[in-house]
Amino acid sequence: MNVSAELDRRFRDAAAAEGLLDVAYELHDTPVGRLFVAVTDHGVCEIHFDPDPDVEAERLARAFGPRVLRSPRPTDEARRQLDEYFAGKRREFDLAVDLRPAREFGRAVLDELARVPYGEVTTYGTLAARAGRPRAARAVGTVMNRNPVPIVLPCHRVVGSTGSLVGYAGGLDRKRTLLELEGALNPSL
Amino acid sequence: MEAVRVPPFERFYEEQQATVLAQLRGMLGRDAADDAFQETFLRALRAYPTLKHGRHLRAWALQIAKNVAIDTLRRGRVTSAEVPDLESVDEPLPYEELRRLTAGLPEKERAAVFLRYGYDLSYEDIGSALGSSPEAARQAASSGVRRLRRKELS
Repeated sequence: MNVSAELDRRFRDAAAAEGLLDVAYELHDTPVGRLFVAVTDHGVCEIHFDPDPDVEAERLARAFGPRVLRSPRPTDEARRQLDEYFAGKRREFDLAVDLRPAREFGRAVLDELARVPYGEVTTYGTLAARAGRPRAARAVGTVMNRNPVPIVLPCHRVVGSTGSLVGYAGGLDRKRTLLELEGALNPSL
Repeated sequence: MEAVRVPPFERFYEEQQATVLAQLRGMLGRDAADDAFQETFLRALRAYPTLKHGRHLRAWALQIAKNVAIDTLRRGRVTSAEVPDLESVDEPLPYEELRRLTAGLPEKERAAVFLRYGYDLSYEDIGSALGSSPEAARQAASSGVRRLRRKELS
């Protein structure tokens, strides 16, 4: 028996409104493809490129608790700010992020990452030094690769010491697109 | 036995929603079933963190739905006008036959027969669902069955 869209939406709204969810998520289409956007009571906890929602839901259930539900409303503000960012109308995100699962060093690196301004780039080594471990550039690369909230925490602004883009969990094309959007990259590069 | 992990609620909800809605419509009719549907999954969500494993989730969901339906019947929210709606069923259900058979019975007898033979509820549960004693529920069910037999013979 099919559950009507209206009945389904009512339940998903009510679940969030009653504060019963560990994680609420929604899929959101952007110029860099479909994003999986997930939030907890503490803030945005995951943004993922090319998502398989089942896989992401499993991952979030392990990290935050099993009450993971697709429920758009709690993600509205994050998705609105992402839209503004892609429209070139927003330079900074005004969103809390939930980094509770991050370990100590990863947390320190992500905190530093959050300070890299719009339209600028930094290097893995610089970020390592700012996080208190100047020789840990490679470990910073790993933290960037596992950044739970890309775009909002701008790992696309971290490049190699020679200026090469190096890598991006969402693919180098996306890294290039984001840097071009911010005017940090000459499109000919 | 290997532990079966509790799945993310999203998967539980997707997998159980059709069965739960079918059961609720069978017990309550279409309109009351919609409210009961939401209440069933909100109750499941509240209790979800207490689950120790992911086995028997369908039975668990249907038990919650049954409890919600009984509460709804007890509150007298369902009128006899809201008999189950055959058009609302997309696939044949095990109790479809029973639903068809009992459609012409007086409401109390129909409900008693349906809850007893369709859902295997005890007369105690049926009585509290219908706001009567277990004995009255038993009588309603048996007089419903007698009425059906007469109809069959005639």
